Amino acid sequence: MTVIATESLSKRYPRVTALDRLSMDIGPGVTGLVGANGAGKSTLIKILLGLSPATEGRAAVLGLDVATSGGEIRERVGYMPEHDCLPPDVSATEFVVHMARMSGLPPAAARERTADTLRHVGLYEERYRPIGGYSTGMKQRVKLAQALVHDPQLVFLDEPTNGLDPVGRDEMLGLIRRVHTDFGISVLVTSHLLGELERTCDHVVVIDGGKLLRSSSTTDFTQTTTTLAVEVTDSDEHPDGTGALRKALQGRGVATQDDGGGLPGAGHTVLLEAEGEETYDLVRDVVADLGLGLVRMEQRRHHIAEVFRSNDEQQGEPAPGHEAPSERAAAWAATAAAAEQTGGARDAR
Amino acid sequence: MPADSTQIHNIGYRHYEGPRLGRAYATRSLFSQSLRGAYGLGRSAKSKVLPMILFGVMCAPALIMVAVAVATKANDLPIDYTRYAIVLQAVISLYLAAQAPQTVSRDLRFQTVPLYFSRPIERVDYVRAKFAALSSALFILTAVPLVVLYVGALLAKLDFADQTKGFAQGLVSVALLSVLFSGIALVISAVTPRRGFGIAAVIAVLTISYGAVSTVQAIAHEQGSSEAISWLGLFSPITLIDGIQTAFLGATSAFPGKEGPSAGAGAVYVLVVLALIAGSYAALLRRYRKAGL
Repeated sequence: MTVIATESLSKRYPRVTALDRLSMDIGPGVTGLVGANGAGKSTLIKILLGLSPATEGRAAVLGLDVATSGGEIRERVGYMPEHDCLPPDVSATEFVVHMARMSGLPPAAARERTADTLRHVGLYEERYRPIGGYSTGMKQRVKLAQALVHDPQLVFLDEPTNGLDPVGRDEMLGLIRRVHTDFGISVLVTSHLLGELERTCDHVVVIDGGKLLRSSSTTDFTQTTTTLAVEVTDSDEHPDGTGALRKALQGRGVATQDDGGGLPGAGHTVLLEAEGEETYDLVRDVVADLGLGLVRMEQRRHHIAEVFRSNDEQQGEPAPGHEAPSERAAAWAATAAAAEQTGGARDAR
Repeated sequence: MPADSTQIHNIGYRHYEGPRLGRAYATRSLFSQSLRGAYGLGRSAKSKVLPMILFGVMCAPALIMVAVAVATKANDLPIDYTRYAIVLQAVISLYLAAQAPQTVSRDLRFQTVPLYFSRPIERVDYVRAKFAALSSALFILTAVPLVVLYVGALLAKLDFADQTKGFAQGLVSVALLSVLFSGIALVISAVTPRRGFGIAAVIAVLTISYGAVSTVQAIAHEQGSSEAISWLGLFSPITLIDGIQTAFLGATSAFPGKEGPSAGAGAVYVLVVLALIAGSYAALLRRYRKAGL
């Protein structure tokens, strides 16, 4: 089943080409739409909602043609904009009830669905207070709730983690994951932070300059490698726990490397090749023998950022007349690295 | 009671299987929400204060007049039905200045508009709902005092046919006034989303235009050019309404020297009013073309 399908979809404004013959198929699940600012993400959402006609090409959402069935699509789809969109002087309940009615729900159903949805996104007693006093995290939840209140089959979430602190970001990503796993609603989520999508999405679509750069499942992007990352504590006996572990492992015939990248804390991580189950046992035993605490032991995965690096190497020359994608990709890679830096420990799954 | 019956169960996510009433229903909901909002209903207590006070101020003179008419057993009401809104135009302007920005600017200022347009309703539905809501709110504000006058007149046993005719003419006049004034105020509010600015702009357009027109009319009256007086009335909303009701609804003109337009000039008045209403509707539609996602 295809949730979103586009066929050489183009959108040209007098001076800019926002989408350039974009063809893709997106199935159910959580799909990440990645692209720098101006890559055409918002234009794509606008066309998919049937609000802006495509210059050429076709697009279908839930099997409905966007050019002719905009109203039907918008009845079955939810949209969470990137920007602030909440009036401060009404409560979350009043606001979401109103939005539910705007989606065609009868008054009683609108109230019932509002209570349910606000509870699901994690707003409880505060939902009766005016939105003006909410934190950014709570406002994002209200925005998500209004997109879900009419029980859509698909939601478009435009940069849902914008402006959130790392904890809020994690909670929002968990919530987005649940929208699919628990609620059975497909999600198209845009972000410019690749690390986020890697952890949340089943499938990632990368667009740049209105063109499809890549579309594949997250597991393709970040195949699980056999590299293990191990981090241990120091003890009185071994003031440099990491060094002691490395030495002990070498004594057992296991080659180790430092975690490169120069990120803070990287020096405290030992990387080694896992040859099978026994490697895990070996590490555990070595750490226990040394009397150190095992902080974490995880499979290191490739990051989506690396996809860009390798893509650029393959692509070589950027297409003429286009901003060099490699520069953008490099910028994204840097952003992603920064995101990983704050969220390294979360990679353990 | 067994302990497990007091447990709170997480019933999980439930899908909605009920009806989805679609575009027309959503438009009606938006209309009723906006109409209620124009009187502060369904909003904070603070936002009810001003519209309710103005509503009271609008009705109070009618109640007093009725009381006087009943008590003194007068032969006629102290004021014509058609004249009432003209006399109390300041209250109408204040009400519009407060409520028109409330009706449209909030959605623009807080960028709520994209949430509407990502739902089944379309741009035209949104504009129609808002236009109809403010017009209805204004009609309630201007027609209820007329109802008070009419009921009072019947209680005072004034001539039924005469009063009914006057009342009907008054209703037509305030209906036209409501649509015209709402259109103008909505357009002004929609292009000035900033709070306060819209309020000032609405008051300015309604009162300054009236001030300017009546000043120039007074000068024309001094110089005895009665023809000019009736044509000058085309340049402010309230004098437009005055002109139309003088020409067609049996009203006595409030223009200097009571020099209202003749039926021929009155037709021009009607055309101008219709053009203004259509123009404000078109301008609103245009405004929201850019306010989408």
